[in-house]
Amino acid sequence: MKIHIKNGRVIDPASAIDQQLDIYISAGHIVGMGSAPANFHANAEIDAAGLVVCPGLVDLSVRLREPGLEYMATLESEMHAAAVGGITSLACPPDTDPPLDEPGLVEMLKFRAKNSPGPRVYPIGALTWKLKGERLTEMAELSEAGCMAFSQADAPIVDTTVLLRAMEYAYTFGFPLWLRPQDYYLARDGVVHDGVVSARFGLPSIPVPAETVALQTILLLVRETKARVHLCRLSSRAGVEMVRRAKEDGLPVTCDVGIHHVHLSEMDTSDFNANCHLIPPLRSQRDRDAIRQALKDGVIDCICSDHAPVDANAKEKPFQESEAGATGVELLLPLTLKWAAETGLSLTQALDRVTRRPAAILGVDAGQLAVGKPADLCLFDPAAGWTVSNKTLASLGKNSPFLGMELQGRVRYTVIDGHIDFKSNHG
Amino acid sequence: MTANLQLTEDGRLRHLLTLEGLPARILTQILDTAESFVSIGEREVKKVPLLRGKAVFNLFFENSTRTRTTFEIAAKRLSADVINLNIATSATNKGETLLDTVANLSAMQADMFVVRHASSGAPHLIARHVAPHISVVNAGDGRCAHPTQGLLDMFTIRHYKGGFHNLRVAIVGDVLHSRVARSQIHALTTLGCPEVRVVAPRTLLPRDVDSMGVHVHYTMATGIKDCDVIIMLRLQNERMQGALLPSAGEYYKYWGLTEDKLKLARPDAIVMHPGPMNRGVEIDSGVADGKHSVILPQVTFGIAVRMAVMSMVSGGGA
Repeated sequence: MKIHIKNGRVIDPASAIDQQLDIYISAGHIVGMGSAPANFHANAEIDAAGLVVCPGLVDLSVRLREPGLEYMATLESEMHAAAVGGITSLACPPDTDPPLDEPGLVEMLKFRAKNSPGPRVYPIGALTWKLKGERLTEMAELSEAGCMAFSQADAPIVDTTVLLRAMEYAYTFGFPLWLRPQDYYLARDGVVHDGVVSARFGLPSIPVPAETVALQTILLLVRETKARVHLCRLSSRAGVEMVRRAKEDGLPVTCDVGIHHVHLSEMDTSDFNANCHLIPPLRSQRDRDAIRQALKDGVIDCICSDHAPVDANAKEKPFQESEAGATGVELLLPLTLKWAAETGLSLTQALDRVTRRPAAILGVDAGQLAVGKPADLCLFDPAAGWTVSNKTLASLGKNSPFLGMELQGRVRYTVIDGHIDFKSNHG
Repeated sequence: MTANLQLTEDGRLRHLLTLEGLPARILTQILDTAESFVSIGEREVKKVPLLRGKAVFNLFFENSTRTRTTFEIAAKRLSADVINLNIATSATNKGETLLDTVANLSAMQADMFVVRHASSGAPHLIARHVAPHISVVNAGDGRCAHPTQGLLDMFTIRHYKGGFHNLRVAIVGDVLHSRVARSQIHALTTLGCPEVRVVAPRTLLPRDVDSMGVHVHYTMATGIKDCDVIIMLRLQNERMQGALLPSAGEYYKYWGLTEDKLKLARPDAIVMHPGPMNRGVEIDSGVADGKHSVILPQVTFGIAVRMAVMSMVSGGGA
């Protein structure tokens, strides 16, 4: 397959390019930028006039719900939804059923993903057996099977000794740990931020120290072990400040935030909207503002969708009984653009948070447009408006706090491994 | 949005889910309507035909004796047909979802659901899904709201104090876990009470309770000083151990209402309690049965207030 993408505005944060350029693709790779290589005869031409051509998005947290949770969504449906969202590489957390704690499960997932259209799938292995926080998994074997890093997803490690040992063992091989800081006891049965909304509604709450206490433990152990840790889904101002200091001290940590936490606050959980039941909880407006600032100044490295498709039955329940999570792969790009526009950042700076930076954290050769690089691209119309609804979302999860809202920025083509994986019928 | 869910387009009460966001006009209308129902209980024939032919379903997903009984009496005095469902022991235990249960009961030609549920917001969820002719009355959801209790407390205060505008009211005890306290706070602030206090150890107060417009006191000495109304909250047995409180004894010593502490309040103060009481834990027997106590009248007024709410959401009333 040879593709000629012409007349597009090419934006590549990694190479600091923002100009109109033609791109030539052959055999899964970019073979020319600006001018065609000798003897290039395209099988397909894409007229990208009016579109931004950027590296395909790299999403560090997408739940494909397989194995075991197919009643919520399927691998095919969610890989397709990710492609619709312009995502070309994704990492999936190990919180499947059973969790990704055995090489066979990881191999099966890789095999299934490879034989489906859609993005490249990078499994994150379970850090402990059954995610119970007790016994380490066979990290080296899991790595050979294709795991990029190790994580507990949203499951706790209550015993701090296990966390210390996990870091030491991972350090032995240089494996990164992806950890979401949350103290088990302080979070317990909570479902919302410990703030104004929990005071009014009496909903069980998760105080900010649930994040900061766990974060402090992790950072002290990183200082001790020098293990590489990626901190997932920060939610609080105090947490952001701790990461800022840790980075200033030179600790080997990176961190991300879920896209919903960039825009929403606890006030959005008023009225018991179960689609705003998220993990970690949406916190105060002050916390959200600190997250937006930290994302701007780089303390928070990147944005992920934290995609969690949930079936309608699991959401149509009283708030505290509802399943947590929001669908996200198709909202990652428009909501990132929205944040950048509101913050006064350029498209280049916005796209950096969803392409180059997450690719570097995941450790894959992605997120850059250059000759010789894999041909993973996203072509989107930055001016196109669309309304988030049951019908417009391709994901089987229709659980979005943004249902009914109009967002700007819509993907027209997604090119993965040199193939047009998704082409929009709109526009 | 919650307020909209509760009111019809022309501003009448459609459901009663929470007192938060309801205008003072509606709260006063409920109290006035209740006033007209009080005398019915004193008649020989204690019935009016306002809800004749209507089917009221008491849906108690959580156990209750007192609240369910007073709702039942109220509905019967309005001539409604009352169906009591003890769902805590039936359908949902077989795996049926809340909305399926409600859909099934709706198919039995229900006109009103009186709902108690252990999860905050459950009545809101039901109200969003019922047919237009069905009303939902919240009989207590999680720690969120107990609006008819809040209203009967307002009725009681108005009955004894004439109004709300010059009052100092203290709510004492486990505010954190109390749906009653939340409804009282919303009602008092809406009705213009100038000073609402909460009095408790910090473990029993929501972190941002002051955002609800109350003054926080940790001691009885400052908390009930010069108060016109003292509302004691029930302390659940399971809170008395573990990390919330060291012991029932220490709680009683510092936050229990005794004759001695009551002297700090105004001489004409009234003492209220939503029941059931734990004598010797949050309140001394002498105080509970003493001349300041209006605890039993609260229960009587509760019937009139529930009659008022049920008749108003059915489109009748004042």
